[in-house]
Amino acid sequence: MTNSVKDWPLWEVFVRSRRGLSHVHVGSLHAPDAEMALRNARDVYTRRQEGVSLWVVPSAQIVASEAGQRESFFDPAADKVYRHPTFYDVPEGVEHL
Amino acid sequence: MSSFEDLLADDGRVEPRDEMPDDYRRTLVRQIAQHAHSEIIGMQPEGNWISRAPSLRRKAILMAKVQDEAGHGLYLYAAAETLGVDREDLLDQLHTGRQKYSSIFNYPTLTWADVGAIGWLVDGAAIVNQVPLCRCSYGPYARAMIRVCKEESFHQRQGFEILHTLSHGTPAQRAMAQDAVDRYWWPALMMFGPPDADSPHSEQSMAWGIKRFSNDELRQRFIDMTVPQAEALGLTLPDPELRWNADRGHYDSGPIDFTELFEVIKGNGPCNAQRMAHRVRAHEDGAWVREAASAYAAKHAARTREGAA
Ligand SMILES: [Fe+2]
Ligand SMILES: [Fe+2]
Repeated sequence: MTNSVKDWPLWEVFVRSRRGLSHVHVGSLHAPDAEMALRNARDVYTRRQEGVSLWVVPSAQIVASEAGQRESFFDPAADKVYRHPTFYDVPEGVEHL
Repeated sequence: MSSFEDLLADDGRVEPRDEMPDDYRRTLVRQIAQHAHSEIIGMQPEGNWISRAPSLRRKAILMAKVQDEAGHGLYLYAAAETLGVDREDLLDQLHTGRQKYSSIFNYPTLTWADVGAIGWLVDGAAIVNQVPLCRCSYGPYARAMIRVCKEESFHQRQGFEILHTLSHGTPAQRAMAQDAVDRYWWPALMMFGPPDADSPHSEQSMAWGIKRFSNDELRQRFIDMTVPQAEALGLTLPDPELRWNADRGHYDSGPIDFTELFEVIKGNGPCNAQRMAHRVRAHEDGAWVREAASAYAAKHAARTREGAA
C-alpha cells in the first residue's frame, strides 16, 4: 500500500533521442505508479523534443555489479589483448586487413 | 579512502556507490539541496508576472522559463537523492528554515522590467556559477548541471531581449529598464558569495573538485561579460568605479556592501517571509493531489494482485 509520497518508488528514466539509437539513461524521478512515472518523465526530461521514446524502470528492479568487486569482475578482460586488432603484426604494404 | 583520493587526483568522477569521505557527502548534500531549493523558490519572483506579461508571446516564454526552473529543481533533488537522502526530508528542511536557498530570490519584482533584469543578470550570474559545475567531481551533480546549463541559455537571452525592447521604447519604458538594472546589479554580484578571504568552505570544495574557481574569479568573469552587454542595451550599471583596466585585462569595480547580503541571508531581506509562506502554502495546497495519486496507485496495485491470484 503506497499512501504517502515517501513510499513513491524511484524510477530510472531512459530516452531514445531518435530512431536508430538506443535508449540512454537520463535521470530518475519519484512517481506512485508506472503511468505517472511515464507522464512525469515526459514533462521533466523531454520538454525540448529530446526523445521519440521513453522507458521508465523501477530503480529497485535494476541489478547492478558490485562497485567494491569492480576489479575481480572486470580485470580478467585486461590480459586478453589478443581480442583487439592492434595486437597483431601486419606486414608492411598489406592493406584492407 | 585511497581509491577516492586516486580518483580525484586523476580528475575522475565519483559515482553514487563509491566510497567517499562523510564530509564530502555532507558538503554535496548541503550544496545540491540548497541549489535545488533555489531553483524552485526562484519560480516565485517571475511567476508573479505570468498573468501580467505584456503579450501572449512574453507570457508563453515566461511560463516555459518558470517551468524549466521547476525541472531544474527536480534534476537536482534527484542528484541529491543518489547520496542517500530523501527528497521529502530536504523539502521539510527547506520549509522549516534548516536549509537555505539563494538570497537573490528574496528581492521583489516590482515592474515588468524586473523580469528582464532577472533573466539577464540573475540567470546570467547563475550560468557563470553553473558552467564549471558541469565538471564537478560528483557524477550525478555534474550530469544534472549539463542539462541545466543547456536550458539556461534561453533564460538569459529572453531577459536581455525584454530589456532591449524597453530600453529602445518610450522614455518611461527606458527609465523602467534602468531602474530594474540599478536594483538587481549589486544583488546579482552577491550571488557569487562572499569574497574569497571570507569564504569558509571554498578551499575544501576546491580540493574536492566540487568547486573549480573561486567566488571572486567567477564574479570577475561575470562583470567582464556583462559590461559590454549593458553598453549594447544602452543602459548603465550602478557602479561609478566600473572601468576597463588594460593592465589586468579585466574591468575594475567598486566595493560590494556585503552587510546587505548577510542581512538577507539572516532572513531580513524584503521578501524572505513571503517566499517561505508561499512555498509552504503551495506544498500544503498540493497535498490532496499527491494523496489522490497514491490512493489511485494503491487501488490499481490491489486489483492487479487480485487479478493475478
Ligand atoms: Fe535554473
Ligand atoms: Fe534559469
